[in-house]
Amino acid sequence: MMIATFAPEIGHFALVLTLALALLQATLPLYGAARNNTALMALARPLAVTQVLFVAISFAALTIAYIVSDFSLTVVASNSHTAKPMLYKISGVWGNHEGSLLLWILILAVFGAAVALFGRMLPMPFRARALAVQAMITVGFLLFTLLTSNPFDRLDPAAVEGIGLNPLLQDPGLAFHPPFLYLGYVGFSIAFSFAIAALIEGKVDPAWARWVRPWTLMAWVFLTIGIALGSWWAYYELGWGGWWFWDPVENASFMPWLAGTALLHSAIVVEKRDSLKSWTILLAIITFSFSLLGTFLVRSGVLTSVHAFATDPARGVFILAFLIVVVGGSLALYAFRANSLTPGGLFEPISREGALILNNLLLSTAAVTVLIGTLYPLFLDVVTGEKGTVGPPYFNGVFIPLMAPLIAAMGIGPLLTWKRADLKAAFQRLIAVAIITVVVLLVLMIWIGGVSPLAALGFALGVWLVAASIGEWMIRVGVRDGAGLWGRIRRLPRAHWGMTLAHLGLGVFVLGVAGVGAWEDERLAVMKVGESQTISGYTFTLTDVKPVPGPNYTALQGVFTVTDNAKQIAILRPESRTYVNPPMATTEAAIYPMALRDLYAVIGESAAPGAWSVRLYIKPLQGWLWIGVLIMALGGVVSLTDRRYRIGAPQRRSMIKDPTPSAQPVASE
Amino acid sequence: MALSKAAVAKRKRLTIVVIALVLLAAAAALILSAMRDTVMFFHSPSDVVARLADPAGNLGDRKFRLGGLVEEGSVQKLDDGLTTAFSVTDGPEAIKVRFTGHLPDLFREGQGIVAEGRMQDGVFIADDVLAKHDETYMPPEVADALKKSGHWKDEDGSYPAQPQHQTP
Repeated sequence: MMIATFAPEIGHFALVLTLALALLQATLPLYGAARNNTALMALARPLAVTQVLFVAISFAALTIAYIVSDFSLTVVASNSHTAKPMLYKISGVWGNHEGSLLLWILILAVFGAAVALFGRMLPMPFRARALAVQAMITVGFLLFTLLTSNPFDRLDPAAVEGIGLNPLLQDPGLAFHPPFLYLGYVGFSIAFSFAIAALIEGKVDPAWARWVRPWTLMAWVFLTIGIALGSWWAYYELGWGGWWFWDPVENASFMPWLAGTALLHSAIVVEKRDSLKSWTILLAIITFSFSLLGTFLVRSGVLTSVHAFATDPARGVFILAFLIVVVGGSLALYAFRANSLTPGGLFEPISREGALILNNLLLSTAAVTVLIGTLYPLFLDVVTGEKGTVGPPYFNGVFIPLMAPLIAAMGIGPLLTWKRADLKAAFQRLIAVAIITVVVLLVLMIWIGGVSPLAALGFALGVWLVAASIGEWMIRVGVRDGAGLWGRIRRLPRAHWGMTLAHLGLGVFVLGVAGVGAWEDERLAVMKVGESQTISGYTFTLTDVKPVPGPNYTALQGVFTVTDNAKQIAILRPESRTYVNPPMATTEAAIYPMALRDLYAVIGESAAPGAWSVRLYIKPLQGWLWIGVLIMALGGVVSLTDRRYRIGAPQRRSMIKDPTPSAQPVASE
Repeated sequence: MALSKAAVAKRKRLTIVVIALVLLAAAAALILSAMRDTVMFFHSPSDVVARLADPAGNLGDRKFRLGGLVEEGSVQKLDDGLTTAFSVTDGPEAIKVRFTGHLPDLFREGQGIVAEGRMQDGVFIADDVLAKHDETYMPPEVADALKKSGHWKDEDGSYPAQPQHQTP
């Protein structure tokens, strides 16, 4: 108990020590690199590793305070409760502003230490500079936390009981949503630090791209999963069955994802062709800036949003100032130094790199349109004083026309060769894919019918991308080349597998989006026990409504038996919960996922004695949406295991004459 | 026709720049056309009443957001069991609202809400009702509207400005 009693002081002290360490790390190695002082440069590694230890102590101290329900801490008292299940006591650590910042700093420190430990092959000056930049970000966040949002602030007198965590957040999906999101956001800080270090050195080459790629890829995988977890949570927890609302906070996580995806692809051009270098540096800066902006948007509560519960001007001003320093500073450095980067090789517009540039143009344009839509209400408020929101019609209207050509091009791009490609030949290899797409579309039109043009476009793009990804893989491993196929499959680089999977996953995702958009069916009704509703051929019978006790809530549970042609398919048990601390009601949807559709039921308030208002949904292909995202993330993981990131990669070649030997016109990737 | 290497390089860069510009122009056009019709404005009940009285009030049958407090004693369930009728007030004025569907978990009298919908014969027909997911939370526009109409009760603590919960 002694440790638990003093844990907050230990945690606070550790955090202050971290600040001192980070300040040293932000200055000494940088100075050492400039003066070519090996001893000073060498300090970066031990400092980065020690730092993570101290942040970990601090984080552990806060976690202990939550576990033992130390209500003398303000954050614990206002976010936790003794009756809360252990999982949510722990996830409560980051379920609030102060704790989530500490988590951010912890992840930042972990990434810094990872670079220090695993970046042994990085040249010492480069590593020293990158770690120094990383420490500057840490300093900013530590100051923010210690000055405006200290999680270790004591409450005097201590509270007898905590207020409790918002019941909507007491959910396994949301318990892990923030850590993944932050791993993504913060992961991009490495790309940023590497970009700034490269700008300081005035040198970007294929080796740099190889160093930065695994970190970017890792961040991308985490961010992809993090966004999907949030979306999944909204789908089942908010009880509207929607999965994406273009809410400012969702956009905040989506913008770095778009920029990060562009970065992944442009880094390939740097690696393979030693070209597109200053653009890639700029993208690395922009991607992390979007991550910071995401934090700013969520944390300052400046935008009207379902998520932005907090409004605290002091914090907002600090983050804004921080944002200006980081973004403004790095862009100024970029403007000042980008010219010193030697321009890279040239290429034809119709080529692999041409396709990757198209990818970058479309993705970054998409990110900008999301940014404009997200910030527009702010401008409106400042300029006209009017309050307004920009909703899904804007985003769908702008986003779909940008994504459609991107997905269409994604089918062809991987078949183009580097430097100069033959578009006609690539098309010819995809004839089978085009035929499959048309046939599937015709089958949809004729058999099922009633598909809107937009949904038809979605299906066409989804089928096209799935078929083209598989087709490209078959061409690449030479399915029709006879003997030795297994060997060729095994020798296909992991990075190529990764690309195939990620593109395939996006195709599956698009099919899910199109399916749920085209055929979703909804029924709002008042039902008594014993009554039935039939929706899209499925009969939902309300067989029982009963009270159910929970650990820190009481629930009213409806029991639906779902039948399809008199055959029982599922029993759904949606709940309407009333939490005690804080007193609040939530609806828990019941979902029965199937291969081709989800069955979804919500029970609401009593409409009349013995009658309940219910909402029933059929969500076709909803599961494909999540599976598609999982396949994308899996693609990223597989690509991370590519051997060139493990061995041989880091050596910086002094002269790069031709990164793609002419003997292999079709390079992997 | 032989072009120097530098000229070829220039031309290729130009191609990319032109493509980028075309894309940006297209995106700008998309944004402008999409933005014009999709911004949903927020109005307080007083605002709505003023606009309804003014021929140039410009409310039309456009969708907008109405925000305020659910008036005490105004909530009424209609006979179909699904439609709720209630009034949203900012103090001086109140607007009748009708909504068919599930109300948010936090919906109750005296609570700040934002409703999305349009005016029809003097009644606001809501497609959606948003009550924020927090006991103490007041939607910012509603707080502003209440301050404007002088009904902000910060002093006596009825509507705390400082919420306690945040999403991560």
